[in-house]
Amino acid sequence: MSKIIRLGKNRSIALTKTRVMDFATYLGVIIAFAVVTAMGSAGMLTRSFSGQLVPICCYIVMAISLNLTVGILGELSLGHAGFMSVGAFSGVIAAMSLQGAIPSDPLRLGIAMAVGAAFAALAGLIVGVPVLRLRGDYLAIVTLAFGEIIKELINCLIVGYDENGLHIVFNATGTKSVADLGLTESGIAIIKGAQGATGTDMIASFTGGFVLIMISLIIVLNLVRSRSGRAIMALRDNRIAAESVGINVTKYKLMAFVTSAALAGAAGALYGLNFSNLAASKFNFNTSILILVFVVLGGLGNIWGSIIAATVLTILPEALRGFEDYRMLAYAIVLILVMLATNNPQLKELFSKPVRSLKSQLSGGAKKGGAAGGQN
Amino acid sequence: MEFLSYLISGISLGSVYAIIALGYTMVYGIAKMLNFAHGDVIMVGGYISLLSMTALGLPWPVAVLLAMLVCTVLGVIIEGLAYRPLRSAPSLAVLITAIGVSYFLQNSAQLLWGASPMSYTPIVSGSVQMFGGRLSISYVSLLTIAMCIVIMAGLTLFTGKSKLGKAMRACSEDKGAAQLMGINVNLTISLTFAIGSALAAIAGVLLCSFNTSLMPTTGSMPGIKAFTAAVFGGIGSIPGAFLGGILLGIIESLAKAYISTQLANSIVFAVLIITLLVRPAGLLGKYVPEKV
Repeated sequence: MSKIIRLGKNRSIALTKTRVMDFATYLGVIIAFAVVTAMGSAGMLTRSFSGQLVPICCYIVMAISLNLTVGILGELSLGHAGFMSVGAFSGVIAAMSLQGAIPSDPLRLGIAMAVGAAFAALAGLIVGVPVLRLRGDYLAIVTLAFGEIIKELINCLIVGYDENGLHIVFNATGTKSVADLGLTESGIAIIKGAQGATGTDMIASFTGGFVLIMISLIIVLNLVRSRSGRAIMALRDNRIAAESVGINVTKYKLMAFVTSAALAGAAGALYGLNFSNLAASKFNFNTSILILVFVVLGGLGNIWGSIIAATVLTILPEALRGFEDYRMLAYAIVLILVMLATNNPQLKELFSKPVRSLKSQLSGGAKKGGAAGGQN
Repeated sequence: MEFLSYLISGISLGSVYAIIALGYTMVYGIAKMLNFAHGDVIMVGGYISLLSMTALGLPWPVAVLLAMLVCTVLGVIIEGLAYRPLRSAPSLAVLITAIGVSYFLQNSAQLLWGASPMSYTPIVSGSVQMFGGRLSISYVSLLTIAMCIVIMAGLTLFTGKSKLGKAMRACSEDKGAAQLMGINVNLTISLTFAIGSALAAIAGVLLCSFNTSLMPTTGSMPGIKAFTAAVFGGIGSIPGAFLGGILLGIIESLAKAYISTQLANSIVFAVLIITLLVRPAGLLGKYVPEKV
C-alpha cells in the first residue's frame, strides 16, 4: 500500500510493480509445479515427500485464503479449519455419490471442490453475518467457537448413499449408527459419525492441487488489486475513515470472509479426497492455529510469503524426522526463535549489523538512528 | 435431586474454569495478549503435583505448594524469555509466540513424562451425603468451590487495595502513564504472570482431581474453555471471569445431562456467541465506544 501512495506521481509505474509481483507469483508456482512434476517422473522424489504433495497444496490454499481474512481484511480468525472441514465432508459426499454418474476422476474432483467451496461459502455467510459485527479478540473467540461447533456437528453426522439418493441421520444422542440410514444393499455409508469418512476413493492429485492454487491466486490477487480489495484494505487500516467515505462495512467484510471460506472449502475437499479415512477431529483448533502460523510467518497480507511458509513448515516436521521424538520440540523452538528474530528490535539490529557495518564504515558510530528504524 | 447434583457438579467444574479464567483475564488485562500457553502451565502444575505425591511421597498440601512454586517460576521465565522481547511487536506476533510456547511445553512434557495418560489420585477422597444419601457431593467439589471463592475474594482485595495491585490496574489502563508515575512496568507484568501461573497450578491440581487422569494435552481444552469463560464474562474483568467460568460450567454440565453429551461443547459455544451478539463486550465487560 505505502509503496503505491509514495509513488503517487508515477502511478502507472507503481501499478506495474505490483503487477510484476503478481506475475512473478504465478510464474513461481508454475515453475515449482513443473520442477516437482519433472522430478517426480524422473523418480527423484522420496515416497514421504510425494505423499505430502497434495497436503502441501491444500495448506498453501488454506494459507492464501486465511491471509485474505487476517492479512487483507485484518480480522483474526481462529476457526478456519471449520470451513476446511465443511468443504472436506461435503466434497467427499459429492465425490462418492457421483461415483456412478461421472466416471472421470479429475472431473469428479473438480465437482467435489466446487461443492466443497459452495457449502463452505454458505457456512462462511452464516458465520460471517453475526460474527463480523464483533471486533478484535471477541471476533477471534467467536470464530474459534464456530470452528468447534462445526467439528462437533460433523461428528454427529451419518451419511450414506444408494440408488434412492442421499440418506442423512443426525446422531445427537450418540445412539444411532449406520444401520439407521436404511440403505439398500448396493448403498454405501460415506460418513460414519465420529469415525468420519471411511473408505473414500482417493481421487485427489497433485495436478488438481496445482490448479486449485492457481485459481485461488487469481481470485485473491485480483480481488486485492480491485476496487473492492482497496475498500477491504481501507476497512482494515481505518474502519471509521473508510465508513465516512461511504464504504459499506458489512458488504466488504462479508465479501472477504466468504471468499476466504469458499477457498478453504475447496482446499478441504481436495484434502478430504486425499485420504481414505478422515475424521472431523482432524480439523480442530490446532489445525486452525497451524494455518495461522503459516500466515503470520509468511507475512500478513503477503500472498507469496504464505505460499513459502506453508510449504516449508509442512516439510519441516518431516525433514526433522532424524530427530525422532525431538522434532515437534524443535518445531516449537524454531517458531519462537523466528518470531523473536523478526519482531524484536534488538535482535533485528543484531542480524542487520553485518550488513550495516559495511554500509556505515564511513559515517562511524551512528547508533541511535538505526535502532528506531528497526521497528515496523 | 438429580438436577441439584448436576448443578453442583456444574458449579464445581465452573469453579475450575473460573480459576483458570482469572489467570487468563489478568494477563490479558495487563499485557493485552492471549496467553495460549496458560493451559499448558495447568498441565505442568498437574504433573509436578502428581510426581511430588507419588515419587517423592509428599503430602498433598506440600505437593500443591511445590506445583505452585514451579509454575510461578515457569510463568516468569516464559514471560521474560518469550514475551518481554516482543513488548512493542504486533499482537499477532505475540500470539504466535504464545502458541510456540504452548507446543514447547506440551512436547517437553511428552518427552519427560510420556504421551500416555497417567492416573491421578484425587487430592481428597470421599464425599458428603445429603438428603439421606440421595445427593452426594464429593469433597473435591466442595474444595474446588471454596478455593475458587477464596481466590476470587483474595484477588479482588489485592487488585483493589494493595499497592502492587493498584500498580497492576494502572499498567492495564495505560503503560506509558504508569511508567511516568514511577511504576516498574516490567516487574508488574512479571508479577501478573507469576500470579496467573500460580493460579494455573492450583487449577491443574483440581482439574486432574476431577478427571483422575493426566496427559500432555490435558490443559489445552480447559484452557480454551477458560478463555471462552473470560470472554463470556468480559475479558480483563476479574468478577467477569468468575461469573463466566461458573456459568460456563453450569451450562456444560446441564447440557451434558439433559441435551446431548456429544454436543455439550457446541451448546456452550453457542451460548457464548449469542451472549456476545447481545453484549459485544461480554457480561461484565465495559463497552468502550470508538472515538473519532
